Amino acid sequence: MANIKVDGQLIDVPDYYTLMQAAEAAGAEIPRFCYHERLSVAGNCRMCLVEVKGGPPKPQASCAMSVKDLRPGPNGEPPEMFTNTPMVKKAREGVMEFLLINHPLDCPICDQGGECDLQDQAMAYGVDKNRYHENKRAVEDKHLGPLVKTAMNRCIHCTRCVRFTTEVAGISEMGLLGRGEDAEITSYLERALSSELQGNVIDLCPVGALTSKPYAFHARPWELSKTESIDVMDAVGSNIRVDARGREVMRILPRVNDAINEEWISDKTRFIWDGLKSQRLDRPYVRVNGKLKPASWDEAFGAIAKAVKASAGGNRLGAIAGDLAAVEDMFALKGLMRALGSGMTDCRPPMSGIDPSMPRAAYVFNPTIAGIEEADAILIIGANPRKEAAVLNARIRKAWRQKGTPIAVIGDKADLTYPVEYLGNGFDALTDLVEGKGKFADVLAKAQKPLIIVGEGAVSHGVALTKQIGRDTIALAAKLATGPAVAEGWTGYALLHNAAARVGGIDIGFVPGKGGVCSLDQLGLARKDELDVLFLLGADEYDLDYTGKTFIVYIGTHGDKGAHKADVILPGATYTEKSGTYVNTEGRVQMAERATFPPGDAKEDWAIFRALSAVLGVALPYDSLSQLRAKLYGEFPHLAALDQIAPAKLDDIRALAKAPIKTKIATYSSTVADFYLTNPIARASAVMGECAALSAGLKQAAE
Amino acid sequence: MLADKDRIFTNLYGTADWTLKGAMARGAWSDTATFIDRGRDWITNEVKGSGLRGRGGAGFPTALKWTFMPKVSDGRPHYLVINADESEPGTCKDREILRHDPHHLVEGALLAGRAMDAHTAFIYVRGEFIRERQHLEQAVQEAYDAKLIGKNNKNGWDFDIVVHHGAGAYICGEETALLESLEGKKGQPRLKPPFPAAMGVYGCPTTVNNVESIAVVPEILRRGGAWFAGIGRANNTGTKLMCVSGHVNRPATFEEALGCTFEEIIEKHCGGIRGGWDNLLAVIPGGASVPCVPGEKIRNAVVDFDGLREVGSSMGTAAVIVMDKSTDIIKAIWRLSAFYKHESCGQCTPCREGTGWMMRVMERMVEGRAEKREIDMLFEVTKQIEGHTICALGDAAAWPIQGLIRNFRPVIEARIDAYTYNSTSEGAVPSIAAE
Repeated sequence: MANIKVDGQLIDVPDYYTLMQAAEAAGAEIPRFCYHERLSVAGNCRMCLVEVKGGPPKPQASCAMSVKDLRPGPNGEPPEMFTNTPMVKKAREGVMEFLLINHPLDCPICDQGGECDLQDQAMAYGVDKNRYHENKRAVEDKHLGPLVKTAMNRCIHCTRCVRFTTEVAGISEMGLLGRGEDAEITSYLERALSSELQGNVIDLCPVGALTSKPYAFHARPWELSKTESIDVMDAVGSNIRVDARGREVMRILPRVNDAINEEWISDKTRFIWDGLKSQRLDRPYVRVNGKLKPASWDEAFGAIAKAVKASAGGNRLGAIAGDLAAVEDMFALKGLMRALGSGMTDCRPPMSGIDPSMPRAAYVFNPTIAGIEEADAILIIGANPRKEAAVLNARIRKAWRQKGTPIAVIGDKADLTYPVEYLGNGFDALTDLVEGKGKFADVLAKAQKPLIIVGEGAVSHGVALTKQIGRDTIALAAKLATGPAVAEGWTGYALLHNAAARVGGIDIGFVPGKGGVCSLDQLGLARKDELDVLFLLGADEYDLDYTGKTFIVYIGTHGDKGAHKADVILPGATYTEKSGTYVNTEGRVQMAERATFPPGDAKEDWAIFRALSAVLGVALPYDSLSQLRAKLYGEFPHLAALDQIAPAKLDDIRALAKAPIKTKIATYSSTVADFYLTNPIARASAVMGECAALSAGLKQAAE
Repeated sequence: MLADKDRIFTNLYGTADWTLKGAMARGAWSDTATFIDRGRDWITNEVKGSGLRGRGGAGFPTALKWTFMPKVSDGRPHYLVINADESEPGTCKDREILRHDPHHLVEGALLAGRAMDAHTAFIYVRGEFIRERQHLEQAVQEAYDAKLIGKNNKNGWDFDIVVHHGAGAYICGEETALLESLEGKKGQPRLKPPFPAAMGVYGCPTTVNNVESIAVVPEILRRGGAWFAGIGRANNTGTKLMCVSGHVNRPATFEEALGCTFEEIIEKHCGGIRGGWDNLLAVIPGGASVPCVPGEKIRNAVVDFDGLREVGSSMGTAAVIVMDKSTDIIKAIWRLSAFYKHESCGQCTPCREGTGWMMRVMERMVEGRAEKREIDMLFEVTKQIEGHTICALGDAAAWPIQGLIRNFRPVIEARIDAYTYNSTSEGAVPSIAAE
């Protein structure tokens, strides 16, 4: 700890604190542009200048100088800094003036208007007159792809975007070219950025130089109602803020949550919102003579009731939940199925090795996302985290940047933005590691905090995998995670899911019940006409081509694969249109909130099941969401503990490791082929479509 | 004045053999092993005793800089970096050393390396210096071949010298930008602290010295620090390479003792001012980045660090630019502004934006197309840049203009008046065009 006087106030701060942090600790505000706490220090905007005593006799950049760089006074007095002296005021006014002389001051037509650091700080620290009468600099706009719009006249060269893309996103595609006042931020070759995290530069840009292209000229920040919510594009559960105007979602921004997404979100999370408006199912449909016809809710329910009555019931009724379903929706559907006497429920991808009998630790990311930084060796099996969980991948990159954590991959060979030791894509690579063969086996054996990331592609519908392969993979990964050197309290076994619904679904037992079979087997039964009615709750990621004569009820939001096969379509609500619980891959329970209402006649999914249950004569015992939640929490108390993680028991993992291994040969690959098109909302989004086409083109160009 | 026997650079004009053979004949590489033997502290103390101040412009005591290096290595190697990126307008002293006396530098590097426990020296040569680099590279090779440096050399201190060729950017002469450039990155100054002595090239303790500072070290050790300290005034000791350009009868680079008056130097080495002393308008005494001094003030000024400070300027690199009364002083300073605008790296705000602003206002003032209140505004702008930037380029860009305004304000005002006077109903006619 070190003493320092800030504006005469003596405070005690850790000596590694920067002057800026010390000032903040003392309650003194320091303006800044280039400084960002999650990026390296550039010190180039010069806005944070302060006066120091015990240092050089000129203003110092408080973001770059640390408290221990200051010397105490001659009699051992603590060093002093000032944030409110005439020198500091003059310095700020001077820097502000310089920043503004070549800034176009086109705030009225700038999308950053109203949330612009330059605007705000010019109000607070600038002067109200202009002394610059020369011509302003003109800078050509740059092409950065379909997501980030540039207006480079506005750029103040803070280099946040350059530092973000190189440090966090791990692409060296932006830089400062030229020098002096001709220096320009550019992507060098005018090519679209290739990162899945590029949208974050929009938030980072303190001015309107980098803005959102899809959002351009659509709304002003003060017109938007802001709803704090949870993202469902992947299983990370990034914290987001949904900005809506009237019934429309206008944009999605990240919220800070250091345990999950820090303050980044992936491009899919950020730019998905146009998909919320197109291809929407806004009224019920019933198939009449082979064609889907618009219908009323009563007609739709009547058609379902007829089909259910015609069925023998019980396990001839099935239900599969898709990737975006909220816990409440699945809870209601499960309640309905059980009330109808069916155990045919599943929310897992085809051929999942995750067995309902396994403990919870077997299917969650036990070390937590923040824990990635603590790991001293990382093994990734059958996953491409860059595509499956881009924000989590940034965390792995951060660990590698900070500590040089050794990382190995079994599965697809891909550019993950950090160097990896590639061990092949076969099951033998995994058994070799367990048997201690190879260099990385030594690294793992010595690791006190090994992190074994098991992807969905390693436990489920990868290329020709069986359930047994998934189970064996889990057992071997558990063995690697429980080596002899493992530190006390560290559980390194981590399952990386791809879908926001998955952990919550397994948690509430949306898995085969009495007499039930898994999702793929349900579809197999349907093909053989051994299933009469199949409820698809937004389940679009399955092979639905051959479902025989089975009566399919699709409850969902978009006209995607499931809707095309449906005999009855019941329009539901997307994640921005309902309050719903989601459990992320860590097992963290979070609640998404409603930002807008579902379009047309669409209803919240749980309410659809409640109404349907009454029509089918098995009314569910709740009439409101709060009653449903009371039931839910009664059955599964851990779901009431929002934003908390119950620590896993290492013994559970040790028990998993004891399972006998039967597999001989298998290959692993990621289940996400195209990052931009993983769910029905994304497939309905024009922006995502453009990104997907572009990235396919880039790949082609590279090959 | 400097006696011939006290000259350090005895082949400054390349009249004799500059290779190892010739250099050894002139005394280079004698006793080097003895100095190395006496150890780190002895060398540092001897240089400290000589009162040598850095010859690169800032005048920081060289030996004191060396003592900032860690006493005991923490496992990281120490590096000596020699700044041969001499690009200051008007300065042409280091190139003479590189061309004609490179062995002073090579030997000095070894001794300075010993004084900071460094086994490697990087010499960063300015991009435009081609012949200089060839000579230096040959000198280094000769020293390797003669086992004077390298592994297990005769002098008993393992030492490697790497000659690195820059790509020609003024900013790479700033010590931390030089380190960045040396590492293969874009030449942009680093934030200090950490200072290079704690974290320099490749993150290791580094000292960056000017060519001349290093090149005089062998001779100081051979003749003793006291000898060097005996030349010039207290705190301003030793001999200095000076380069006089501009309106003198014989522009020249020469070695002279510190502490002579300006008049003595010009008369002795340069044959006086063109058109006589009454024709002297102004002098920039230390390379482009220091304020200019009016002729009447500089004539009797003492040319050393303190002497030039007294007349409101500074010693810099001792690159004297002399301007007689035929000079358009505003245009001359504008030209320097244009240079700094061109050479600003663009990293930090005041310098990036300010240098262009200053240049444009100066451009108008050359014509007189300005208002008198803008003179004060320009002065304020220079003050807004000075001291607010990451490196000293901002200061360097500000000082010439400050010197101009301080000393030649009436000239600027007269130019503005003339422009206004010459304006017609069709618009203003620039006074320069009218001439």
